[in-house]
Amino acid sequence: MDVQEIIGLTAAQAIAAIERGDLDAVELFSAYRRRAEEDELGAFTWVAEHLPADMHADGPLRGVPLAVKDLFCTAGIPSQSGSKILEGYLPPYTATSVARLEHAGATIVGKTNQDEFAMGSSNENSAFGPVLNPWDRTRVPGGSSGGSAAAVAAGLAPWALGTDTGGSIRQPAALCGIVGLKPTYGTVSRYGMIAFASSLDQAGPLTRDVTDAALLYRHMVGTDPNDATAVGHPEEIRLPTAERLDGLRLGVPTELTSGEGLEPGVLAAFEATLETARGLGATIEECSLHSAPHALSAYYVIAPAEASSNLARFDGVRYGLRREADDLVSMYTGTRHDGFGAEVKRRILIGTYALSSGYYDAYYGRAQRVRTLIAREFASVFERCDLVVTPTSPGVAFELGAKTADPLAMYLNDSFTVPMSLAGIPAISIPCGLSEDLPVGFQLAGPAFSENRILDAAHALERAIGFDGSPARTRTGATS
Amino acid sequence: MNGGGMPSDGTERGAGGPAEVASYEPVIGLEIHVQLRTRTKMFCSCPLSFGEPPNTHTCPVCLGLPGSLPVANAEAIHYGLMIGLAVGSELAPRSIFHRKNYFYPDLPKGYQISQYDEPLCSGGRLGEVRIHRVHLEEDAAKLTHVGSSGRIHGSDASVVDFNRGGTPLAEIVTEPDVRSAEQASEWLRLLRTTLRQLGVSDVNMEEGSLRCDANISIRPVGTTQLGTKTELKNMNSFRFIERGIRAEVARQEALLRAGETVTQETLHFDPRTEAITSLRSKEEAHDYRYFPEPDLPPVRITNEMLHRARTAMPELPAARETRFASVLGLNVESARLLSWRAELGDYFEAALDAGASMHPPAGAQPLANWISELTARHDGDDPADSKVTPQALATLVGLVGSKKLTQGGAKQVLDRLVAEGGDPAAIVDAESLGAVGGADELAPVVRAALEANPDVAAKLRDGDMKPIGVIVGYVMKETRGRADGGEVTAIVRAELGL
Repeated sequence: MDVQEIIGLTAAQAIAAIERGDLDAVELFSAYRRRAEEDELGAFTWVAEHLPADMHADGPLRGVPLAVKDLFCTAGIPSQSGSKILEGYLPPYTATSVARLEHAGATIVGKTNQDEFAMGSSNENSAFGPVLNPWDRTRVPGGSSGGSAAAVAAGLAPWALGTDTGGSIRQPAALCGIVGLKPTYGTVSRYGMIAFASSLDQAGPLTRDVTDAALLYRHMVGTDPNDATAVGHPEEIRLPTAERLDGLRLGVPTELTSGEGLEPGVLAAFEATLETARGLGATIEECSLHSAPHALSAYYVIAPAEASSNLARFDGVRYGLRREADDLVSMYTGTRHDGFGAEVKRRILIGTYALSSGYYDAYYGRAQRVRTLIAREFASVFERCDLVVTPTSPGVAFELGAKTADPLAMYLNDSFTVPMSLAGIPAISIPCGLSEDLPVGFQLAGPAFSENRILDAAHALERAIGFDGSPARTRTGATS
Repeated sequence: MNGGGMPSDGTERGAGGPAEVASYEPVIGLEIHVQLRTRTKMFCSCPLSFGEPPNTHTCPVCLGLPGSLPVANAEAIHYGLMIGLAVGSELAPRSIFHRKNYFYPDLPKGYQISQYDEPLCSGGRLGEVRIHRVHLEEDAAKLTHVGSSGRIHGSDASVVDFNRGGTPLAEIVTEPDVRSAEQASEWLRLLRTTLRQLGVSDVNMEEGSLRCDANISIRPVGTTQLGTKTELKNMNSFRFIERGIRAEVARQEALLRAGETVTQETLHFDPRTEAITSLRSKEEAHDYRYFPEPDLPPVRITNEMLHRARTAMPELPAARETRFASVLGLNVESARLLSWRAELGDYFEAALDAGASMHPPAGAQPLANWISELTARHDGDDPADSKVTPQALATLVGLVGSKKLTQGGAKQVLDRLVAEGGDPAAIVDAESLGAVGGADELAPVVRAALEANPDVAAKLRDGDMKPIGVIVGYVMKETRGRADGGEVTAIVRAELGL
């Protein structure tokens, strides 16, 4: 096979080709390793120099290369969470989810760029530079898993691991025209994921198609003695086969789809997808998530509050950046002043304030009550609907720098993804068409642990939509 | 009032404060940190450390490495429940961990995982002091300041040993029911024994497995409103606790008598200089930004866990004291001594079991008395560590009880036992220490004594019994203490026809 043929394969197709003997796992790894090394998008922060000695090519994933978001700890491999404060940091251990995948036969080909500590929606907050969208290099790939999304879309990796706190898998997947699954909170261990907001962070796959998402996710789930919040999954994750949506009731929350800021091209692609779903036998009905308009406000209290505490460990004492000083407080402040970027500092300040004595009830306490309401409203909607569907993002990929001066405009990118994060429920984004020649994402969310249902529905829609992601691959690395 | 030990020299007369205030009473609440003797740390699987080389018992979790997560130690929760049961707390069916946020090099995550408004145990009582709450948390690492002062300011460098970091702690908080420094240390002894009996901690103050802070205020006797309190930190021996509290109470009293006010602050007591210095004032107090620890699900106490804790409960000092007093008939002092000092109680019960000839309650009180004799000869240490076996002491008490040995003779035997160990009966035979008794044996000696002291004999005949001690002393000397004083007196009377 030549390189173009190889990178044209999904991970599942590559596994099949290896099993048939048409493709060699080493050849596959080398092809991707070379493409990752020649990355012009800024998608990678580290690329493997050679094939690892302990490749598990006999595992079910057959040694297929995997790109891993920078914030997953990988033993002996830089794990910096996009931050200068962790520049060059080599963890002594590997995150449980990554270790599981390696054990199943995945081979780490590189670590991918991200917004610093996963705080951002454009990947412009990385200490290691922005990532360019392979569909249009003047635009952002979304964030915070921007490097993972761009790498998969551009064919620099067959698939990738990301994390989603308020949309950090789904939004970049949408903006890069690929599939991104945020699983039910707690189904995948968080051990070894450099924490942003502990009660929201969840690892998930970014893939070429829905089948790959199911395949990667199936090897990530499980309980973990090192993560007390990891509950595993009550069902075995199946590879989706559905081609129809007969009898499936899709709820469209009016609060989310009639709001301001939704680009007309995105709305058109969304509505066209609803028609496609109807054609496959689904029923579409309006539903209501009354508190959803408050989700973003609640999220931007809870996530920074947890982050302000999670990031306290970066103090220059034991690892990472340290600014020497004559006294302790100066060492602390110098280290954190120089080590953290502007957005991270902003969120630490917001979070510190929200938890302060005298303000806790008004901010953190109230945000938690909103969170409870949203979870209840989803539960009530799921009594009448099987899945809730929305556009993944209110707009397509925007130009680099377009929103960096306006944090609130940037935060609005998350308005369709944050409610599911607060409720802890699973949601997937699949590409559903183009607007202004850029991909549009379609989000399907279901009750906790309904990944199989979501993957089936997404699979049927994906087949009917027939989205072509190849332009992003051919525009990238065409010269090599 | 209980404020014994308060310095009254000068301050009471000299101060120009409110004249009618005669005396103050201290109001003291205690916060005790107990290192639990679990196999592993509170939130990771590192073994606890007992003087190992620095930073050898560490892992990503207790070093606070990026990406690591805590998992609560089930054994620590079990021990927490046992402590709650021991003090009669209400055990929360659901409790949660909070993060207490502050920056310090001995706190690798930048927060301590502790419990806040939903602790494991609420309420309760131990002795005369009510318990406010008992909760679980993790210990900080050990910070050592290298250089001149030994404190962080002005030191050349500071090094951290994370072996201790993450050791499980139970924090026991009392209600402000303590009224004196002496009461505080006495009550702490009861708490220490209780915890030792439970087997949940080494409770060694010098090694820091039991640490005490005191919240101290004073108020005029007869009033109920609480004064401004100060917090005296980390006193690491019973003696320092007593001295520290006494010094702080005196300081506060001097302030009030001088018409000044007590400032709410955290204080440090230096046992060498007796100086009390401020660590931080109320204004400098940390805002710990407590919030529920999102990495840990709530602790749910199942019936199974409760059953396991109840089954593991040993007899506690308070119950043992009652049993010693009511069943074995010990007097109040002995019952308290042998129950509050568990090692003495254990020795006592071992001797009771060994002494086939003893029939409680008759033999119990003398045995208790002889244990006091033994500890007095053994520097107050655990008698089990002496050369005197419980069996030997039981035999000794049996010999005295059956009049085969006098008190004086028995003390000589005990001296030999403490020095060399062995069997009391054999020592009595070998040293001819057996009691000399009966008119046959004693009357000749008494007669010799009277002959040797004719003036004393005359006084006795006249009914002046005061100098009888001279005669008894003579007989004791002659018999090397093997005679019974009462019997000697009776024979003197018989000889003189009184």
